[in-house]
Amino acid sequence: MKWSSLVLHELTQRKKRLFASLCVIVLAVAVVVAIYNISIYSEKAVSRELDALGANILILPMETTVSDYYKADLHVQELPEEYVTLLTTSNLEGLDNLSPKFSIPTKIGDQDVTLTGILPKNEFQGKASWQGAGIFSRPKVCGSVNDIFGLNEKAPKETLVRKRVIETLEKDEVLVGADVARKLHLQTDQEIAMLDKAFKVVAVLPQTGTVDDSRVFAHLHTVQDMAGKGAVVNAIEVIGCCEQVMKGLVAKLNHLLPEAQVVTIAQVIDTQIKANQLMKHLSLLFLVIMTLVAGAGIANDMYYNVNERKKEIGILIALGATPQSVLKLFIYKALFLGLIGGVLGFVMGSLIAAIAGPFIAGIPVLPIPFLLVGVLLITPLAAAAASYFPARYASKVDPSVSLQEI
Amino acid sequence: MIKADKLSKSYEKNGKQITVIDSFSLRIPAGDFLTIVGPSGSGKSTLLLMLGGMLTPSRGRIEIENDSLYDLTIEQRAQLRQKKIGFVFQTFHLVPYLTALQNVQLPLMLTGHSAEEQRIKAEHLLERVGLKDRMGHHPSELSVGQQQRVALARMLANDPAIILADEPTGNLDPETAGEVIDFLFELNQENRTIVLVTHDHKIANKAKRTVSLSSGG
Repeated sequence: MKWSSLVLHELTQRKKRLFASLCVIVLAVAVVVAIYNISIYSEKAVSRELDALGANILILPMETTVSDYYKADLHVQELPEEYVTLLTTSNLEGLDNLSPKFSIPTKIGDQDVTLTGILPKNEFQGKASWQGAGIFSRPKVCGSVNDIFGLNEKAPKETLVRKRVIETLEKDEVLVGADVARKLHLQTDQEIAMLDKAFKVVAVLPQTGTVDDSRVFAHLHTVQDMAGKGAVVNAIEVIGCCEQVMKGLVAKLNHLLPEAQVVTIAQVIDTQIKANQLMKHLSLLFLVIMTLVAGAGIANDMYYNVNERKKEIGILIALGATPQSVLKLFIYKALFLGLIGGVLGFVMGSLIAAIAGPFIAGIPVLPIPFLLVGVLLITPLAAAAASYFPARYASKVDPSVSLQEI
Repeated sequence: MIKADKLSKSYEKNGKQITVIDSFSLRIPAGDFLTIVGPSGSGKSTLLLMLGGMLTPSRGRIEIENDSLYDLTIEQRAQLRQKKIGFVFQTFHLVPYLTALQNVQLPLMLTGHSAEEQRIKAEHLLERVGLKDRMGHHPSELSVGQQQRVALARMLANDPAIILADEPTGNLDPETAGEVIDFLFELNQENRTIVLVTHDHKIANKAKRTVSLSSGG
């Protein structure tokens, strides 16, 4: 027999006590896991919405103003496309998405349209020199929405331009803005011609209320070829992690690209920072409150357990147990309860989150396996910490009182 | 050899000082069988607790084989109890959620014996007290006589030289009580020192020596 088996015998022989002790931990962990799980998904959903606001950093040619940019990028100055490579191979943290753009005026039939070249995501990943150091291999933090499992799977191609990330776009394919589509009665799979080149409409974009509605999007390199200006872009839109923006990402970009101007879109940045901070503070607040409530519950339960086992503690001391070993007995028990309670609490919390999440946050919520690692590390330690004072109290039990007949 | 020199024990209750033992001295040579008799409240159990290192005297000194018991640290005193002292209680004090075998294994676990050593020795001791077929029983499944025999086996686990027994027959029927006393005499024959608190003068008369405590120390 070992101390750990003594703990197990006590727990398994007193099933009602075990159930009562576990209930405290399981419920506390379940609530924390459920809230945390839902808040993580909510945070991502908020980020997703914020992401849809568009880029928060613009890289423009020196002579170009932000106002020019909002006039559909139709400005004279250009940047070399090579800047995109510089950014993706740099070690700058917080570049969540890059979207180089190059626009030219053209016509479809008699209708004036702006043809904008964009670079699909597969082009970034396809370039060997960008692998490993590329932005898409970096850990994603705020502003990043690409890892919301269950949310992105059915993301329609129509929404991808607004989010500045599109997976694939062939050289002869275009995405058409809502206004253009309406005026020209364009539909998906329809063939159109621009500057004597044939394109297939792969999607009609939903109304956005922005200049995007009057644009036609094609592959960047196709538009560059049509313009005959070589590998240039008008602007590089950047979705920067707002935390990194606060830590001086703009200055670092300026240093990296001294021939370009780097401007932030203050309104977008402010909204992102405030929303992210609010979500983080709320999650932390719930975590602290529930940890304290659970800790108090565990401590109370352990005090009760020590009081009902005073005679047994007296026996152990009479048999030669040291105060340290009595302390160890209760700490082992707390660790064990924390471990089992943590696992059960994780399962229950994940179920609650999955069921309640769609009602509370309006988003699908799935279990986050990584939370289990945190639960397995934190819960036994928190249970042991909460049990420390009851265990110390146990180690100081006076055997002459608990074994009264001696 | 156990030496108690000018032992005193006082408690404070409701603002009053209550002296249970007052300047009590005693020599118990190795292999002695000493009974302690006296009325309730005379300090018999208190004396036994002090001799077992579980209650610090208000004044005085106790030596066990030249170790001054209360000059040792709590840990050293616990180790001394593990190796040299065995307790027997009136109400047995078995751990209710452990089987007879596991109860006997408990002191062996405290002294760091391996699981296999614990099992072999505990089985042997339970055989010695006639409980070979009750090893897997919990205390609640045993008669009071059987429970006391488990307690005796547990007390012997670490082969103690000193046995402190507090009215071990108080809850037993005369026949079982006789068996327990006979067993204690058998242990005394093995040169173990027995200190037995009892109300029973017949038992006291069988001992090698008797100390009588009077009420109020």
